[in-house]
Amino acid sequence: MIGFLASIGALFIAFLATVGRLVAFAMQSLGAAVTPPYYPRLILRQIVDIGYFSLPVVGLTAVFTGMVLALQSYTGFSRFNAESAVATVVVLSVTRELGPVIAGLMVAGRVGAAMAAEIGTMRVTDQIDALVTLSTDPLRYLVLPRLVAGLVALPFLVLVADIIGVFGGFLVGAYKLNFNPVSYLTQTGEHLETMDVVSGLIKAAVFGFIITLMGCYHGYQSRGGAAGVGQATTHAVVSASILILVLDYLLTAVFFAK
Amino acid sequence: MSDPIAPKISVRGLKKSFGPKRVLDGVDFDCAAGESLVIIGGSGTGKSVLLRSILGLLRPDAGSIRVDGMETQGLRGAARMSLMHRFGMLFQDGALFDSLRVWENVAFGLIQGRGMASDEAREIAMKKLAAVGLGPEVGALSPAELSGGMQKRVALARAIAAEPEILFFDEPTTGLDPIMADVINHLIVDCVRELGATAISITHDMVSTRKIADRVAMLHNGRIIWQGPTAEIDHPDNAHVDQFVHGRAEGPIQMEVRAA
Repeated sequence: MIGFLASIGALFIAFLATVGRLVAFAMQSLGAAVTPPYYPRLILRQIVDIGYFSLPVVGLTAVFTGMVLALQSYTGFSRFNAESAVATVVVLSVTRELGPVIAGLMVAGRVGAAMAAEIGTMRVTDQIDALVTLSTDPLRYLVLPRLVAGLVALPFLVLVADIIGVFGGFLVGAYKLNFNPVSYLTQTGEHLETMDVVSGLIKAAVFGFIITLMGCYHGYQSRGGAAGVGQATTHAVVSASILILVLDYLLTAVFFAK
Repeated sequence: MSDPIAPKISVRGLKKSFGPKRVLDGVDFDCAAGESLVIIGGSGTGKSVLLRSILGLLRPDAGSIRVDGMETQGLRGAARMSLMHRFGMLFQDGALFDSLRVWENVAFGLIQGRGMASDEAREIAMKKLAAVGLGPEVGALSPAELSGGMQKRVALARAIAAEPEILFFDEPTTGLDPIMADVINHLIVDCVRELGATAISITHDMVSTRKIADRVAMLHNGRIIWQGPTAEIDHPDNAHVDQFVHGRAEGPIQMEVRAA
């Protein structure tokens, strides 16, 4: 019994230690933003990589999410003669929840994994140590631009995902469920409030930060050659995905719980 | 103003453990200005740990590392970066940045570390590449397109690009054929001489040691057990060094080989 409790205690302490290291890593990286040098070109390159190159995968998932949402809402609501709520449900679900979450998960898989692999490989091949010997702070040069880019790029990506997702719902509503296209669009805008979109964009910024932080942290901490890099990549994607879902609930509770 | 008699680098009582394994157990040595010191020792004796501790890449558990009489332990932030300006390092596997072209690798410390304009840094990078026997066409290539020997030469060009006072070489000839190893050894000697730099190298390659060292020190069981001029390594007054230098399996150094 004592052995069981001790192992739970050890796990809890290890968890706290990891959280502490992660917070210290984030604070040190963000602290580098206070003083120059800055690397605007690197930030721009990361914004293009995270935002622009994620557009196809995020757009594709967003359009099908909107389409399936319209279809499912219609089949469910038709049981209560509430088919007219389909457009509203689609736009609110996409802007508040599905846009940020789907985009976040897709970017976590695409970008988080790539960041962990790139920085992890740099770690195990001494490239990060080489940065230090060349008088360059690795947190400032490698991590900060990625954190800033994640923070900036995700809201734009989610805004595009929102539009594409709503458009997917419109396609199914207008051409499969035979809604009047004009009244579908009218209903889409009728109940949509600024806060619905803004809350989704704030979530996106938080998710962008979390994805890049997890990618950078696990890559930076990786040890032990190719196996270590593979492990770092897995940890980056899994931890970012879980944190996205947990933070989604917490942020929803903050924004909309009454 | 540094004391002309004081050693350029002075290490005292340096200790470093990883968990229960004590790797460095009180390392003491000095390296004079302009001297090329080679630290020899078997695999896993802590040579790389020692070098990384001096560079500040690892934090020792105890001991003192002084550069020009100034204690470097505990230096952080800008003070550490300022110290790094005085160092150049050649990593064992080159550690070239594979996302950058060759000339960008060589110019990296000048542009990012010292804020030099890109054009000026590129010009210097090309000169340094020429100094290690590489033509300007190599500058536009990516490190992945180079052979092992060429990567080592690019890494050497990067290490000397900012003309540092102190150069560190981590196993500079490991993984190279004997001819390329000799080319690298010659380049190291030429570069160190031309810069008038102080050099600390770690290696277990005795051919390389004889070529690049003014003085040799041997690390064993976490301590420097012998040091002396290069000319003395063939007739040392130490059985460990004698066994290592002549590469004999029999002697006081016992390899941990477990029967299958």
